[in-house]
Amino acid sequence: MGLKNNLHNFREKNKDKKWLPAFSAIHTFLYLPNETTHNGTHIKAADDLKRTMNIVIMAMVPCLIFGMFNAGYQHHLAFGEIERVTSGFFSSTFWTMDNFTVGFWKILPLVVVSYGVGLAIEILFAMKNSHEVEEGYLVTGMLVPLIVPIDIPLWMLAVAVAFGVVIGKEVFGGTGMNILNPALTIRAFLFFAYPTWMSGDKVWVHGADPRVQDLANGATPDAISGETILGSLAQNNSSMIDSAGDIWNAFYGFIPGSVGETSTLLILLGGLFLIFTKVGSWRIMLSSVIGAIVMGLIFNGVADAGWISESSKFYGLMSTDFWMHLLVGGFAFGTVYMATDPVTASQTNKGKWIYGFLIGFISIMIRVFNPAYPEGVMLAILLMNVFAPTIDHYVVQGNVKRRMKRLKVKTA
Amino acid sequence: MGLLSKKDAKLITDPLADNNPITIQVLGICSALAITAELKASLVMGIAVLFVLSVGNVVISLMRNIIPSKIRIIVQLIVVAALVIIVDQVLKAFAFELSKTLSVFIGLIITNCIIMGRFEAFALANKPWQSFLDGIGNALGYAVILVIVGFFRELLGSGTLFGIPVLGDPIGSPETGPTGVYAFGYENNGFMLMPPMALIIVGLIIWVQRSRNKNLIED
Repeated sequence: MGLKNNLHNFREKNKDKKWLPAFSAIHTFLYLPNETTHNGTHIKAADDLKRTMNIVIMAMVPCLIFGMFNAGYQHHLAFGEIERVTSGFFSSTFWTMDNFTVGFWKILPLVVVSYGVGLAIEILFAMKNSHEVEEGYLVTGMLVPLIVPIDIPLWMLAVAVAFGVVIGKEVFGGTGMNILNPALTIRAFLFFAYPTWMSGDKVWVHGADPRVQDLANGATPDAISGETILGSLAQNNSSMIDSAGDIWNAFYGFIPGSVGETSTLLILLGGLFLIFTKVGSWRIMLSSVIGAIVMGLIFNGVADAGWISESSKFYGLMSTDFWMHLLVGGFAFGTVYMATDPVTASQTNKGKWIYGFLIGFISIMIRVFNPAYPEGVMLAILLMNVFAPTIDHYVVQGNVKRRMKRLKVKTA
Repeated sequence: MGLLSKKDAKLITDPLADNNPITIQVLGICSALAITAELKASLVMGIAVLFVLSVGNVVISLMRNIIPSKIRIIVQLIVVAALVIIVDQVLKAFAFELSKTLSVFIGLIITNCIIMGRFEAFALANKPWQSFLDGIGNALGYAVILVIVGFFRELLGSGTLFGIPVLGDPIGSPETGPTGVYAFGYENNGFMLMPPMALIIVGLIIWVQRSRNKNLIED
């Protein structure tokens, strides 16, 4: 009781100080104050915004820790210092302190910059509009480091976070009012503003890019590949996944990619956790996977029927087995953590099925038809964010119409 | 202002800020998004519209009593088309590279809502001198926004202003490497060169303008 009361008293004592809005803004950050409303009837629920946000963050922490190990592993692997993992998820070559340290010191600054810039802007707007800081940025701030390449320059991240929070969220009225998912707005900004840092075959492994290369290592820049599996598939090259072991590694997440999105296994566990705690919508996750499988099967059918020549630039990804699409790239991560964002997704149950299905469907379509940029899930989610209110509108109207009909039948 | 009466002066100053054709009336957005990646193109576009709108307004105003109201839109179109062709030919003759950058957007001045809007709303009902001032005012209001947008887009997108590098050399010589801010790892923002960013900048201008003058906020 001590701290809570002290903070409350502190606030009461300094009621007329000029700087009080700054304190008030962060006063209730992450905890519920003891102040209660005295008049009228109130309903209290345990699942407030703070708790919801914390659960999503808990679901992402395994991905973050895994990302740190993976960053070090990919770095050492690319420089030929260790062997490729062949012995399952708990391989001792992967879970080493050395791997973790390399990744930790690369990823920690990303997290700090993401939270620092984002929360600073949130507090600024909270002070300006004199309301309390909402916890909306907690999840965004954790998502952002997980969906960027490891070697992204920090100032670019800061610019993108500022852009995403202001243009993606605050101009619409802050947490809960945004149309687009702020984390994806940030990533889309980075992608279109600084494409050379966000795509290609060098940026996904720490140290592989000549622009950040540690020349003391003595490795020649060209010798190191940091290509993702998705990127290589888009180039009609399936050599990165030609054995069962490679496919299991893709499932475990021992592959290059954005910091936290490689491990389909951990994302699956995080998704189950979100479904179990009823924070994430299982309808969106399931229908999105179904959408991706349907689109994948259609493409597989087209490739099998021989309607597309093997020399076509679409052939590589079109002939990729439909289930492979679920393992590589950011599809799993986007589906579980970003498509389910309750603010930007559809609200109605039927709408969620349509919304999720189209996300999966369009993700795979963009992947295949845009080999220069095979990561379609970001654009698919942003696109469906825009359409979510429209879907809801028609679902609600359909419902109204159906019930009006029933009413007429009864009265007639 | 000795030259202009107070009322006349307002015709020029109003569209510059509180009744700006782009940020308040939200007209002429297409060209504001399409050609503002370079400051020079923005400026030339502004001047072209200035010429077309001021002259066109005078012509329409002179003819306002003899134009049958049923065919007035066609007459307006002919006037603006004639003026646009003059601008287009002059640009092709004296600034061919620039006219290629502006491409169809000079021709599309014909369909610029600001011009038809001013013909309809002002020139048809006012005397030539006032119409001339109104044309100048609105075209300047349009040009000001274009130049602001063009300034930020060219500076942040290409690191140049009027084609002159102002932020240093991103590549530099092999010995010294990049110069200016590029030496610190700065990079040009490719997003700035895309039309969506122009829309966002126009949005930010609207934001700033309305937060400074609360009267402009609609319900």
